[in-house]
Amino acid sequence: MHQFTPKDALPDGNNSGGSLQPGHLACAGCGLPPALDILRQVLGHKCVFVVPACCYTIVDGAYPFSASGVPLLHCAFETAAATAAGVKAGMETSGAGEAEVVAIAGDGGTFDIGFQALSSAAERNENILYFCYDNEAYMNTGIQKSSATPLFAWTTTTPQGDPKNRPKKDLGAIMAAHRIPYFASASLSDPADLFQKLQTAKRMRGFRMIHYLCPCPTGWKAESSQMVALARKAVECRLFPLYEIFAGERWVVTANPKPVPVDKYLEMQDRFRALTREQKEEIQREADGNWRRLTRNVLSSR
Amino acid sequence: MPVQRDELKSAQLLTGNQAAAQAAYLCRVQAVSAYPITPQTAIIESLAEKMVKASWPHRFIKVESEHSALASMIGAAAAGARTFTATSSQGLLLMHELLHWASGSRLPIVMVNVNRGVAAPWILWSDQQDSLSQRDTGWVQIYCGTAQETLDGLVMSYKLAESVQVPVMLVLEAFTLSHTAEAVHVPDQADVDAFLPPRKARYRLDPERPQAFGAMVQPELYQKLRQKLDQDLKKCLKTWQGLNNEWQSRFHRSLGAVETFHMTPDAEAAILVSGAVAQTARYAVRRLREKGVPVGLVTVRFFRPFPSELLRTILSGVKKVAVLDRAFSWGHRGIWMESAQSSLYSLAPEKRPALFGYVLGLGGGDINPETIEGILRETLSRQKPDPETVWVGANA
Repeated sequence: MHQFTPKDALPDGNNSGGSLQPGHLACAGCGLPPALDILRQVLGHKCVFVVPACCYTIVDGAYPFSASGVPLLHCAFETAAATAAGVKAGMETSGAGEAEVVAIAGDGGTFDIGFQALSSAAERNENILYFCYDNEAYMNTGIQKSSATPLFAWTTTTPQGDPKNRPKKDLGAIMAAHRIPYFASASLSDPADLFQKLQTAKRMRGFRMIHYLCPCPTGWKAESSQMVALARKAVECRLFPLYEIFAGERWVVTANPKPVPVDKYLEMQDRFRALTREQKEEIQREADGNWRRLTRNVLSSR
Repeated sequence: MPVQRDELKSAQLLTGNQAAAQAAYLCRVQAVSAYPITPQTAIIESLAEKMVKASWPHRFIKVESEHSALASMIGAAAAGARTFTATSSQGLLLMHELLHWASGSRLPIVMVNVNRGVAAPWILWSDQQDSLSQRDTGWVQIYCGTAQETLDGLVMSYKLAESVQVPVMLVLEAFTLSHTAEAVHVPDQADVDAFLPPRKARYRLDPERPQAFGAMVQPELYQKLRQKLDQDLKKCLKTWQGLNNEWQSRFHRSLGAVETFHMTPDAEAAILVSGAVAQTARYAVRRLREKGVPVGLVTVRFFRPFPSELLRTILSGVKKVAVLDRAFSWGHRGIWMESAQSSLYSLAPEKRPALFGYVLGLGGGDINPETIEGILRETLSRQKPDPETVWVGANA
């Protein structure tokens, strides 16, 4: 991990070394700052962040502070991909020079309200990097269900007695169907893997997307100190496998740890506290299905 | 102002939509984004074809909705580009959230809205409900009466937007203007370049000077920024006057915020109109004057900022003013009427005109010279206005 130096804290944002600056407002244990630190390390300072309504709107800081160290444009909730595409077009046509334009959006802004703009930008193969940090619910507004919320997870809008009875939307398959140059899933538990994937994305052009599992102590109802371990279990139990998709055709698994039962993951979080045995079994089938679909795609792409 | 006979040689036959596309091209727009909707589509079709041959860096982003069209132009303008989009009716309504976003961000985005009624039920033809419903979004709104005004107005709009840092919506009517061809004098590129230099953004997304735009602020600063937006919007009228003088000296045409016709001291009644119907009203007023009926015409091009001061000067002491509305604030009254009334209220009672509200032509119903003559004659003959708006033509 990058060590903070006094230079990082310069108020004028002269932060070409690359890292998130101190003073951000993330909750203790939030999975986002480490990921953005890595993103900044890989991309350096030649980038622009485009941020719709999401936790990072707040985490980056209120005026006049900004932890990003790069130019940041706040945009409307459903517009991350469209606004980022416009920023790229604006920079290219007004002679502003080369810069990577990065949309940084949560799961709500990606899976739900921003989905239409996302699909269109992907279809047009806009030359942007879309970084979705997925904490599996509307955490910034206080833990409401999104279409990235996993099966049977408690949220304030899926209380006990009215559970979310559909699985998480399969973002990888959806983006693969758009045949974008690059899609990768990533997790807080595997920083080196995220680093590699961002480097791969940086070398490519066109629409590139990272789908990052971003544990949330507040919404997942677990200890801040357990976030890395939780993210690891999510990968190990195959509820959140790590993989890459090139041009929508070639699927590659980037982590194949010894599988653990979903129980080991679920029992660490109070959002799954009230599950019945049948519900746990259904979640296990969901994890098995994830892996089955993934390996089928990997095998058929060889 | 129509093209004069001796200018016809250098004029082209253009529809309002073609004039808009031609003007956007002459302004060397760098980033364009739009989504198809009748009756606007011809603008982006024509512009897409022109842009293929553009010699300067440009990009036309073909988005999946009007919402994304304006979102991407907000991004492009924040990066420093000169941007353009066009829409109508439902498309403009879909943009509503981002209209606020653009003005709050103080981005000099220019768009054309081709007026069309709004659903439900479906309607294709012109009224002003779409754009007037965006009254409080912080955009300058300018209503054009001819294809020439559209071309001139669009070029001037960029200069206004970029000098005051506010977004501008240029409004033209469906079909009667958007699809009707007339002789339009198209200025040379070099002359437009001399009038409108490339955009120099004071603030933009620049990796060498990282700043965050649009971050959360405290209420005190929020209110200050909102007040500044109002102050600067109001400043637009004066800026426009300067621009119009410059335009006039370069191109010998004028496009004032308000234009009067036969508003001589003997005018006992005036009619206040906006948009292409002003041309019809001009004809009707001239005909009435020929018959010795003392009436005048006030064409208002700026809806926001509302030219209150100008109207108070023009209408002070005029006994009666008929205000024509082709949109309504449901449960209250016509939208132009509302603005006119609140602006004129501060005149001394003996100088304050009686205002007669008329609503007509909703959904594109015909407004012909006889209709306008009728309204003016009725206004002259009445002692005082109806407390309720008079609906002309179809009545429930």
